[in-house]
Amino acid sequence: MMRSLAAALVAAVVSAAPLARAQERGIPPEQIRSGSEFLGADLRALQGDDFANPGMLWVERGEELWRELTGSGARSCAGCHGEAATSMRGVAARYPRIDPESGKLLNLEGRINACRVARQGAAPFGYESENLLSITAYVARQSRGTPLSASIDGEAKRHFDSGRAYYYERRGQMNLSCAHCHEANWGKRLLSETISQGHPNPYPVYRLEWQAMGSLERRLRACLSGIRAEMLPYGAPEYLDLELFLAWRARGLPLEAPGVRR
Amino acid sequence: MVARVQIPKEAKRGELIELRIVIQHPMETGYRHDEIGRLIKRNVITSLLCNLNGAEVFRAELSPGIAANPYLQFYTVAEASGEFEFSWIDDEGKRGSERQSIVVR
Repeated sequence: MMRSLAAALVAAVVSAAPLARAQERGIPPEQIRSGSEFLGADLRALQGDDFANPGMLWVERGEELWRELTGSGARSCAGCHGEAATSMRGVAARYPRIDPESGKLLNLEGRINACRVARQGAAPFGYESENLLSITAYVARQSRGTPLSASIDGEAKRHFDSGRAYYYERRGQMNLSCAHCHEANWGKRLLSETISQGHPNPYPVYRLEWQAMGSLERRLRACLSGIRAEMLPYGAPEYLDLELFLAWRARGLPLEAPGVRR
Repeated sequence: MVARVQIPKEAKRGELIELRIVIQHPMETGYRHDEIGRLIKRNVITSLLCNLNGAEVFRAELSPGIAANPYLQFYTVAEASGEFEFSWIDDEGKRGSERQSIVVR
C-alpha cells in the first residue's frame, strides 16, 4: 500500500514537473542564440552592412510608403507618427500584442493594416505583398538592437498558451513538432544546414533561398512544408498565437530586421 | 524598381574610390515554372553602365547566373568632380538609372 502510494506520488511529481516549468523556456537563457550566430561570416557581414544587405531595398521602399499620402483621408503614416526613427523606435520588439481597441492579437503586419483601414481609410495591403513587406521592414528596422519583449499577460495569455501547444504538438507526415528540431537538436546538422533555435528576431528577412524578402509566416509555412504538414493560410490565428509564443521564447534577443538568412 | 548607390561624397585627386550599387530586380532565369507549370519568361538585367560626366567608367554584362537583386562593387580613380550616372536595362526593355555626385579636390 505504502509502496504504491509512494509510486503514485512520484508519478504525480514527475507529471507536474512540465507544468511547473510552463513559464520557462525549453532552452536555458544562457544558451539562447540568435539565428545569425549559425550563419557563415559572409552572411553575417552581409546582414551587418546597411548598404549591401538586400533587405534594405525593401526598407527604402518602406520609407517611401511611410511618407505617401493615401486612403480617403489622404494621410500618410508620417502625418500622425512623424519621424519613424523616433516614434517607431522599439515598437516592433513588443509585437505580437493585443490591440487595445479590438482586443485582438495583432502582429506588426496586422497592426500596420489595421492602421491603414481605420486611420487612413485605405485598403489593407495583401499578406506577403511587396508593399506590406516593405513597410513592415521599415518599421521593424527602427527597432534594430532592441531586445524582444512581447507581453503574454492578460488577454494575451490565452494566445500564448495556444501558440505554445502548437509549438510542442507533433504534426505532418514526419510527425515532428517544432521542438524536435529547434529545442532538442539545435546546433546539429541537417544535411548541409546547421539547425537554428528558430527565433523570430530577424523578421522580415531576406532569405537567399527565396531571393526575396519574406515574413515570419512565410518561414513558418516553409517549415511546415518541410515536415510535410498542412500549411495554413497567411494570417491564420494559429500562426499569430505561434508568433507570440516564439517572441516570448526569444525574449531578450536583439531585433535584427531586416535580417539575412540562407 | 528600387536601386541604391553608394559613392564617396568627396575624394582627393588620384584617390582610389569604391562605387557600389544594388538594384531590386528578380533576375528571372527563364528556367523556372510558376505554380501551374507555365514557364516564367526570362527577365534579367542584361547590361549596366556607369558614366562620369558622360564618359564611360564601368560596364557590366549580366546574365541569368546572377542572383536576384544584383549587387556590384567596383573601383575607379577619382580624377574630376561631377556626377556618376548608373543606368541599366533588362530583358523587358525596362530602364533604370541613379545619379550621385562627387567633389574631387
